[in-house]
Amino acid sequence: MAELGAGSLHGGELAFNYQERELNERLKRLYPAVNEEETPLPRSWSPKDKYSYIGLSQNNLRVHYKGHGAGLCRLASKVIRVASKVIMCFVFSDHAGHGKNHKDAASVRATHPIPAACGIYYFEVKIVSKGRDGYMGIGLSAQGVNMNRLPGWDKHSYGYHGDDGHSFCSSGTGQPYGPTFTTGDVIGCCVNLINNTCFYTKNGHSLGIAFTDLPPNLYPTVGLQTPGEIVDANFGQQPFVFDIEDYMSEWRAKIQGIIERFPIAERLGEWQSVLQNMVSSYLVHHGYCATATSFARATETTIQEEQTSIKNRQRIQKLVLAGRVGEAIEATQQLYPGLLEHNPNLLFMLKCRQFVEMVNGTDSEVRCFTTRSPKSQDSYPGSPSMSPRHGASNPHLHGTGADSPTCSNGVSSGKNKQSHNKFPGLSSSSSSSSSSPSSANYSESNSTDSTKSQQHSSTSNQETSDSEMEIEAEHYSNGVLENSSTRIMNGTYKHEEILQADDSSLGNGLAEEGCTPRLLCGGNQAATERMIQFGRELQGLNEQLCREYGKNATHKQMLQDAFSLLAYSDPWNCPVGQQLDPMQRESVCATLNSAILESQNLPKQPPLMLALGQATECLQLMARVRSGSCSFARVDSFLH
Amino acid sequence: MACLLEAPLRISVLSEVTASSRHYVDRLFDPDPQKVLLGVIDMKNAVIGNNKQKANLIVLGAVPRLLYLLQQDSSGAELRTECAVVLGSLAMGTENNVKSLVDCHIIPALLQGLLSQDLKFIEACLRCLRTVFISTVTPVQLLYTDAAVIPHLMSLLSRSRRTQEYICQIFSHCCKTPDHQTILYNHGAIQNIAHLLISFSYKVQMQALKCFSVLAYENPQVSMTLVNVLVDGELLSQVFVRMMQRDKPIEMQLTAAKCLTYMCRAGAIRTDDNCIVLKTLPCLVRMCSKERLLEERVDGAETLAYLIEPDVELQRIASITDHLIAMLADYFKYPSSVSAITDIKRLDHDLKHAHELRQAAFKLYASLGANDEDIRKKIIETENMMDRIVSGLSESSIKVRLAAVRCLHSLSRSVQQLRTSFQDHAVWKPLMKLLQNAPEEVLVMASSTLCNLLLEFSPSKEPILESGAIDLLCSLTQSESPALRVNGIWALMNMAFQAEQKIKMDILRALSTEQLFRLLSDPDVNVLMKTLGLLRNLLSTRPHINQIMSSHGKQIMQAVTLILEGEHNIEVKEQTLCILANIADGTTAKDLIMINDDILQKIKYYMGHSNVKLQLAATFCISNLIWNEEDGSQERQDRLREMGFVDILHKLTQSADPSLCDRAKTAMQQYLA
Repeated sequence: MAELGAGSLHGGELAFNYQERELNERLKRLYPAVNEEETPLPRSWSPKDKYSYIGLSQNNLRVHYKGHGAGLCRLASKVIRVASKVIMCFVFSDHAGHGKNHKDAASVRATHPIPAACGIYYFEVKIVSKGRDGYMGIGLSAQGVNMNRLPGWDKHSYGYHGDDGHSFCSSGTGQPYGPTFTTGDVIGCCVNLINNTCFYTKNGHSLGIAFTDLPPNLYPTVGLQTPGEIVDANFGQQPFVFDIEDYMSEWRAKIQGIIERFPIAERLGEWQSVLQNMVSSYLVHHGYCATATSFARATETTIQEEQTSIKNRQRIQKLVLAGRVGEAIEATQQLYPGLLEHNPNLLFMLKCRQFVEMVNGTDSEVRCFTTRSPKSQDSYPGSPSMSPRHGASNPHLHGTGADSPTCSNGVSSGKNKQSHNKFPGLSSSSSSSSSSPSSANYSESNSTDSTKSQQHSSTSNQETSDSEMEIEAEHYSNGVLENSSTRIMNGTYKHEEILQADDSSLGNGLAEEGCTPRLLCGGNQAATERMIQFGRELQGLNEQLCREYGKNATHKQMLQDAFSLLAYSDPWNCPVGQQLDPMQRESVCATLNSAILESQNLPKQPPLMLALGQATECLQLMARVRSGSCSFARVDSFLH
Repeated sequence: MACLLEAPLRISVLSEVTASSRHYVDRLFDPDPQKVLLGVIDMKNAVIGNNKQKANLIVLGAVPRLLYLLQQDSSGAELRTECAVVLGSLAMGTENNVKSLVDCHIIPALLQGLLSQDLKFIEACLRCLRTVFISTVTPVQLLYTDAAVIPHLMSLLSRSRRTQEYICQIFSHCCKTPDHQTILYNHGAIQNIAHLLISFSYKVQMQALKCFSVLAYENPQVSMTLVNVLVDGELLSQVFVRMMQRDKPIEMQLTAAKCLTYMCRAGAIRTDDNCIVLKTLPCLVRMCSKERLLEERVDGAETLAYLIEPDVELQRIASITDHLIAMLADYFKYPSSVSAITDIKRLDHDLKHAHELRQAAFKLYASLGANDEDIRKKIIETENMMDRIVSGLSESSIKVRLAAVRCLHSLSRSVQQLRTSFQDHAVWKPLMKLLQNAPEEVLVMASSTLCNLLLEFSPSKEPILESGAIDLLCSLTQSESPALRVNGIWALMNMAFQAEQKIKMDILRALSTEQLFRLLSDPDVNVLMKTLGLLRNLLSTRPHINQIMSSHGKQIMQAVTLILEGEHNIEVKEQTLCILANIADGTTAKDLIMINDDILQKIKYYMGHSNVKLQLAATFCISNLIWNEEDGSQERQDRLREMGFVDILHKLTQSADPSLCDRAKTAMQQYLA
């Protein structure tokens, strides 16, 4: 839209857009801790929150005094107003018109109050014209403070006035504060939300503290009193005259210094053991087995978890990170029986990832077609081996799933055989996919209850109704079942074996990943077929889960994203190509790792991450309870 | 009594200590070099942080032996290094320790050691040298006696971070005079040290920065070079600006601000440059804040005073920045009543800095109020300001007295203040007292202030006179110092302005005509000008002219002739002609001119001079002589007409200068009437 309209934009609008962008950038830089969805920053004067004598222009940044009515009426109305206040002397002294008394004063507030998370907030006002008498006030006020006044005169209102240079702190009488100001001067107002003080600047020079003990939620405010007075605000639209970032840097250093020098006195030992524990548990959590062991040795601490357990997790993580998700699933099932059965969501997520890795050509399911890595094939002779156990041992996970007795793999779409060319790459190979023996592989999704139930199971699954994904349910389920169940009986690998094999084959996998040309499934026809086959199974799994637990938008999205890869000739350079990035494996890996740990009654999060999360949350809380120092105690500034 | 009883005990303890110390010294003489090395290492461990042990070892003669071992190549690198370390440790002790070390010629020995190839040994020598040189008892000249030392130190700058740190520190402590600055400058100090400002080591950065601050101080040559230096593609001034960022350590901010201040004062950076106005000045104001350490506040205020001294715009900006004027009032609150109660250590600390704080505040007030009337008003309105100055004038510390009188001097430039607060607080009293007996620098400031207090509108004038100011000022005019002579005669000039007859006669009597004429031939032109000014003020209003001329006419005419004939600048001549004009206004005094052909010829000459001011003064003189209503005016008119003055006047009526033209016409009218 914006691009299309750009041609017709006026120069002024372009400039405005530019200014808007600069404003956003500057505000982001100055107040990184502010969550604008929760507490928006002031960006202009409010056309609603102002007295009627005030006029706004230039995107509500310019304020001018327009007064009330004109000519004779003005005097009359004044007399009436004044008389009503029973201050008769004004009637006589007032004939000169506007500005002679405080009833002519008028203020405007900014659109939003200053968020505490700013830590230090700053805005500037340029005096475009001092008008007749230069009775201008710049400052702060709370919501609801009378606008027929200059800032500073009332409770919860604070101002610095140009005519006498006095500061007004919720009082009609000012205190000598700074120099006077007039046409051409730039006055800045800085609110320190850490110690709740405020100082002003004039033409870039700090004038010193004006107010202390400020209340929260103040709005930038200006007030004018005589005709011709015009001021422009700068809430960050332009660079400030005063070097506010330098001031902020001082406070940032101060607060970080307080944190760094936080006294721990005699509790030093206590702290040390806590820290060691944190480091150790973090290492263990992520499976850095050797590092954790030597750390424990150096610090003379003990590790909760068993060595083999850590190594197992490490191995599974390595597999996921190498993109060999199928093997990871297999290993998980073998080492932690029941885990994935209890976590169908996790399983689905892993399978989706596996599909993506197949597209990538990294999963062993497809790699076996394209690469000769006998070791990897040897050590995982039959990937299907695990599946039946899953199916057999675990038909129902939760009570909710009970009424659908079968983990139906509802690749229902099988029935609607419309083949549109949405996934051209697939349609061609769909027929052959069924014949692939390895298709049996992921039959775990397809429960004991045979293919019939699938066919019956209604398929209200329009979202994923890619006809190409259809499958002949019959021929993939059964064979596997038997096959695998036998497997399970015999085949428990020794951990050591797996590990050894794993290490070497992993190395291979990674190396090859780097150099193979980026072709779908490594460019191998059989692999592609296997992938498509797998896709169908995946869809089936999704439908099964839908039936058991109801619709799951996340799953749907995951599936859709994964399948979308096939719609492009070069999946790596397409709008959903980001999924193929190896970085994406990390979150999957972390989730799997957490699940394993949880199943072993170990914390699913390392205490270090928990502490980090708490600190982050604490800072957000501080912002809400208006403790400005949160702005300069950023967690990320302590993470190097 | 108690003391006596305890004494033997203390001696025995001491002898025990000495015995153990002797053991250390004895081991230095062991024939086995390996044992000597172990002995030195043990000694090193024994002296760390133990001043008593250090003193003992020095008394027992360890130093010459250590130096001997250090100088012998046969000692081996390790032993020599350990010796240097022990000597460095000894130097860390009291001032007396350092003195003994210097007396043992440690400096040449260590400098010799720097020629070694062994970096560790070099570093140990430099570290020891550094410790010796930063002591105030070490004569810095020792660094410069051998001309080869500085270039060698420059070459060692590239060896390691430690050599960089120590050498820069030595330079910054040993650069005390313009000569030292020039020596270091000529040996490429700037190029060699500049890149150290961006060193990874904070210590190296800081010492390099300190080096630049001492190099640039009052040195235009260094400063002009510094502004053009690039460090890693960045201008040096920008590097300094970065070092003043508010999250940098205070010491770094302050020292960087000093560098820029000195560069600015030396004329290398304009006073309206943003790096001065928006960075250096605010940084220095921040250094004056309560949050800073007392030392930093002193340093900050003094540097700021120096920065803004010559520039009214900087004074105005400083005066509105962060309530500086009120902030400075806090400088007078040490030791505070709180510190006295809370802890004795704090009180001691406060007391030590109290004088420094006060004098720094006075200096800064003096700079702030140097030019702007509004600022002076703000300063005087600060709580108890005048009382503080008054008590400052009689403080024991000369530094404080001097600063207080500087402040008073600055404020005394305000007519309004002279009439009000100065009077209310009788500042003249302590000032007069100060003048009786003070060092010259205080006298100069005080007498200069007195000049202002003696201005005609100042109500202090009377009491000052009564307290015997005339004699005091007359004695000042006999001073060796030109500044004091100027101030003395200046004050007398101000005193004589529109004064009554008695005062004028008193001045003349006290000064004596001999002294007056001596001053008229003073080599200092300012003295001459003020003396002429005094004469002119004495010779005003007709009765006074008559009286003075009747008693001193002859000498005055002689002096006037002398000056008009001499080689003097226009201002002097003009002043002299004005005196002549005043004389011409007197009744009897007129004759003194009329009978003096010489003078009349001179007047004639100056009426035709190319300088309008001189023409004007000369014409004024003639005009007075021919003024109609006076006795004998006819004769004078005739005589002057004979001498050709009318023709000249006629010519001058055609002058392009309107005032000269007017003056000539008025004179011509006297003839017409």
